Amino acid sequence: MERIPILKMGRVLLVTIQVDMHDRLAMTLQDDLTERIVQDRAHGVLIDISSLEIVDSFMGRMIANIAGMARVLDAETVVVGMRPAVAITLVELGMTLSGVKTALNMDTAMAMLMASFADKEHFNGGSQG
Amino acid sequence: MVVLKDESAPIRSSIDVMRVRQIVREWAVSLGFSLVDQTKVVTAASELARNTMVYGGGGELRMEALNSDTRRGLRLTFSDQGPGIADMEQAMKDGFSTGAGLGLGLGGAKRLANEFAIDSRPGQGTTVTILRWNKL
Ligand SMILES: Nc1ncnc2c1ncn2[C@@H]1O[C@H](COP(=O)(O)OP(=O)(O)OP(=O)(O)O)[C@@H](O)[C@H]1O
Ligand SMILES: [Mg+2]
Repeated sequence: MERIPILKMGRVLLVTIQVDMHDRLAMTLQDDLTERIVQDRAHGVLIDISSLEIVDSFMGRMIANIAGMARVLDAETVVVGMRPAVAITLVELGMTLSGVKTALNMDTAMAMLMASFADKEHFNGGSQG
Repeated sequence: MVVLKDESAPIRSSIDVMRVRQIVREWAVSLGFSLVDQTKVVTAASELARNTMVYGGGGELRMEALNSDTRRGLRLTFSDQGPGIADMEQAMKDGFSTGAGLGLGLGGAKRLANEFAIDSRPGQGTTVTILRWNKL
């Protein structure tokens, strides 16, 4: 079966979404990511959508679902590289994606995750998480 | 107003919905739409094509490239012979969905288009037409 690859970098899972994907593939990704967060004990998820030419209500809902699911599993999600035309269109569509963290590029996204990991360690009294 | 080009595409699966996005993009590019306008019309098409597939039980898209003195346009007509929509006012409302959706598709497509028309009769199917103009 066709699948979107999920890469692991330390405690972070990285997904790069290509130009377009059909709905069933998006659903599979959602399930795969949830499993991998648990399996790999990931604390962060980076979703690179810089190649994605549109985000409609279905894809937006998938992104929000992934972020929500990850949060329940104690992982932080950052969506990276949304194109300006996509952002403009999403607003008009009525999708706010509130509750989903976004970053313009990988470096910023990584820094956001690292900062949240540091906060968590501090909160846990510096124990290994 | 002259119809420059006219073509149909089937909408039966999520792969077809993806193809609709691709072909609508190609047409929008060939009509000289800006990147933002391309993105808007492709997004609207994606919403309506998915509705045709999910709620209409499949159907088809008719695409027409229009030409007038001052502008070019893309008219997209999505039609199915599904169950139709009983309460149109409710269906058009943001946040209303009989499925698992966010209920943004119809309202969003209307906002993303310059003209929007929907015709539906319970038991007879649904036809949604959007038109997006490009200033020359
Ligand atoms: N072609 C259709 N045939 C029958 N019913 C439809 C059709 N298109 C839309 N509807 C009805 O109108 C409702 C609203 O559609 P809309 O696209 O706005 O939201 P949705 O598809 O439920 O969710 P979203 O598009 O945000 O994922 C649908 O839930 C469905 O009941
Ligand atoms: Mg819809």
